[in-house]
Amino acid sequence: MIAALAFYVFAAILIASAAMVVTSRNPVHSVLFLILAFFNAAALFLIAGAEFLAMILVIVYVGAVAVLFLFIVMMLDIDFTQLREGFQRYAPVGAVIGGILFLELLFVFGSWQFAPEATALRINPMPADPTLTNTEALGRLLYTDYILLFQIAGLILLVAMIGAIVLTLRDKQPNSRRQDIAVQVARAEAVNLTSVPPRTGLGVLGIQRRKLPEPPKPKSLGHAGHGHGHDEDGHHGGGHH
Amino acid sequence: MAGGTTEMLTIGLGHYLTVGAILFLLGVLGIFLNRKNVIVILMSIELILLSVNLNMVAFSAALQDLTGQIFTLFILTVAAAEAAIGLAIVVIYFRNRGSIEVEDISTLKG
Repeated sequence: MIAALAFYVFAAILIASAAMVVTSRNPVHSVLFLILAFFNAAALFLIAGAEFLAMILVIVYVGAVAVLFLFIVMMLDIDFTQLREGFQRYAPVGAVIGGILFLELLFVFGSWQFAPEATALRINPMPADPTLTNTEALGRLLYTDYILLFQIAGLILLVAMIGAIVLTLRDKQPNSRRQDIAVQVARAEAVNLTSVPPRTGLGVLGIQRRKLPEPPKPKSLGHAGHGHGHDEDGHHGGGHH
Repeated sequence: MAGGTTEMLTIGLGHYLTVGAILFLLGVLGIFLNRKNVIVILMSIELILLSVNLNMVAFSAALQDLTGQIFTLFILTVAAAEAAIGLAIVVIYFRNRGSIEVEDISTLKG
């Protein structure tokens, strides 16, 4: 009774927040509703008896994936109102395709039932021992029968990590001075040896350093001090559009 | 529905499948509604994968078979990797082109 009531509450919140993810105007709100949806899905997993997966869903999805989404949404400087323009135009197409899918799912569910020998065909029946927790039962399977799949999953995560780093690593910034040892050693007049007469003191430098190019001066120094500072701030803040 | 019992107060397989189907449809609808914003499309894909996971767990509970939960674990892994790679691609695309509109991503003329 209580489980049924909890199921309806969590399912309703899950569906409502999923609808808000799709239709929300601000992508930051979308991500926050996605987090709410994941929490409620974790509650549904708990009701179904999959405790370990519920915890994994909270830790991995809410703790990692959704926060990653949040970072990206907040990091990119996007004009979100412009992104909403096609919403009305694409709504009928989406509704038609959603309706077709819904009808197909109805047909499938309406005529489908378990095969009579379905329970006999189970690969990994749940252990009958009531003291064995869900996590322990999953671990006993995962580290024995599915060890190869488990390792491949780890490999997939490794490849994803390396791929994401390689994709987003910015190697050469145009304005930064990076050390290139071969070029620096090979260039002419980097280091000069001049013969200095003895006892002329430090006024004549024995080792001369080539002059570095002057950093470009700010253009508009003639303005009043206050106005100039505000100009700079405004330029940096909204410069992308 | 599928389980045979239509009583409201016993939560069976049919309830979970209904929730999963609605979630899946919302994900598909989100891909069509947000044709311009790649990030929301990625979130819709996450919703679709979540509905698949919900179906897996529901069948696992209905049949008392742990295989569904094992596969849910792997789907979660792949979904996390996909989200990371997809967001990295979005970041470098925005860095290069200054936009994440899907219709702008037509350089290959595909």
